[in-house]
Amino acid sequence: MNADTLRVLVVDDEAPARARMKSLLADLASELPNRLAGEAANGVEALALLESEPVDVALVDIRMPRMDGIELVRHLHGMEHPPSVIFTTAYDQYAVQAFELNAVDYLVKPVRAQRLHAALEKARRAALPPRETLEKLGSEARRHLSISERGRILLVPVSEILYLKAELKYVTARTSAREFLLDESLTHLEQEFAARFVRVHRNCLVAREAIAGFEKSAGDDGEAHWLVLLAGLPDKLPVSRRQWPTVKAAFAGEVR
Amino acid sequence: MSIRQNPEPTRLPDFGNLGVMLRCLLAVNLLALAAALARNAELSRLPQEIVELAALVEPPLIACVVLFYAFAKRLAALPYLAALTAVEAASALVAALFHALLVPAGAPFSGVTRAALWGAAAALVVLFYFDLRNRAYSPAVAEARLMALTARIRPHFLFNSLNAVLGVIRSDPRRAEAALEELSDLFRVLMAENKSLVTLGEEFALCRQYLELEHLRLGDRLRVEWDIDACPQDAQVPPLMLQPLLENAVYHGVEPAPAPATVTIRALREGKEIRIALTNPYHGAQAQHSGNRMALENIRERLMLFYDLEARLETAAADGLFSVNIRLPYRITGEAS
Repeated sequence: MNADTLRVLVVDDEAPARARMKSLLADLASELPNRLAGEAANGVEALALLESEPVDVALVDIRMPRMDGIELVRHLHGMEHPPSVIFTTAYDQYAVQAFELNAVDYLVKPVRAQRLHAALEKARRAALPPRETLEKLGSEARRHLSISERGRILLVPVSEILYLKAELKYVTARTSAREFLLDESLTHLEQEFAARFVRVHRNCLVAREAIAGFEKSAGDDGEAHWLVLLAGLPDKLPVSRRQWPTVKAAFAGEVR
Repeated sequence: MSIRQNPEPTRLPDFGNLGVMLRCLLAVNLLALAAALARNAELSRLPQEIVELAALVEPPLIACVVLFYAFAKRLAALPYLAALTAVEAASALVAALFHALLVPAGAPFSGVTRAALWGAAAALVVLFYFDLRNRAYSPAVAEARLMALTARIRPHFLFNSLNAVLGVIRSDPRRAEAALEELSDLFRVLMAENKSLVTLGEEFALCRQYLELEHLRLGDRLRVEWDIDACPQDAQVPPLMLQPLLENAVYHGVEPAPAPATVTIRALREGKEIRIALTNPYHGAQAQHSGNRMALENIRERLMLFYDLEARLETAAADGLFSVNIRLPYRITGEAS
């Protein structure tokens, strides 16, 4: 096995689809030296595998449970040496339209050996699609936020985040267990997760379902303002006067 | 029983159908209202006029509807002209009879002959309405619509299945063979001219074949529970009534599920009705998904074409489950609709 051998990761939730991809790769081995670096049934498994296994090219199915292909590649941006990516799909009209529109390459399953060969050759040199493009490709909000810690990708399930707070250069995500520093803007997060979080203050988004109630408190300027009480955390978060009507309405909506 | 069962260009409505009965009542009452309006220049007298007229119209009307309901099957067996004459004569007779019994001589609207003529005229107008409606839903139009509604090839399922077959063809050629056989059976039905009803047993068999194919692709992730022992398999249903719903259940309930997910199919007979319920885990968005809504609308429309108001399709999303409930009249082959 020489240095030219392409290390390939196959990510697909359907076992027969992975089997098909593996046999095609084996067929191509004489023309295009390659080695199966691993296979994963969804994005979360793929990220775990990538921690220990160096991979040159990942063949990534788009529609998968737990973490879909688009979200997986968004998280790959946090890696120091991410693999190149080839998206695969059996049929997804909307995804395919978006891919064409943003000039991102993809393969349609069933894939022919020759098409796969060409795509692998091309991908060997290709960079990941930029984050902005991936955002346009993904029709849904991410299910995880990611942080790169010492070359590892750490996933924080969005469902576990109680609030997001902007502090100086970073945004902190708070779960009941700990805090994470994110490299994303609060405005951006607010747009992507509008269904889940409500803005309570210029620098703070709170998960709607984490709001346990409100408390009135006298501020420094002597004027009373409201604090959000959280389920499962003692933290109290100030509500700005401007956001109060929205927050109150959102909470009433949750309770109802 | 087929949409094309009728060689004649026209036929009487099915008086045994609840929708037809309701439409009869509504049409005649509208006629009475129109008559009341026509007779009165003064608006103030109108309510009283309507009440008087209703007292005259309702008894024979209800009697006629009940009468035709009782003879629905025999009327349907008659040639169109004979049936038309029978309905006209019966309407005139009933109207005259009620008039003679209920209205004291000398009261307004008196005159048995006049009542008979009114009855016959009302029946004629109602039948004319049904004829128009029949033409709107004429066999040709209905057939074209049914074709358009059923002969959709579902690309997501087709390409994924073909890819799965290619995936097992080297390791398990027999499984691949079986899958291709199932696929061709399924597409034979999908592409057939689905004009006539099939038995529920046939539809269940088709569903099993479809689910077998999905098993190849999804393995243990797809679990299926059948609870259909309390349901007669000879009940007549529109073809492809359940399979598209199962396809939705797999696409929205099983494919995105992180753990193995169960789809349940329950069917039972309750009196003269068949009730069918499909459920799958709900991950949000299924209720709004356009493909899902399209399939539901499609089946709802076909149920209407076959059963009018007697069939119902309802959906609900609650407690993490998405469910589709269908109710339709229990009919078996050979029985007139």
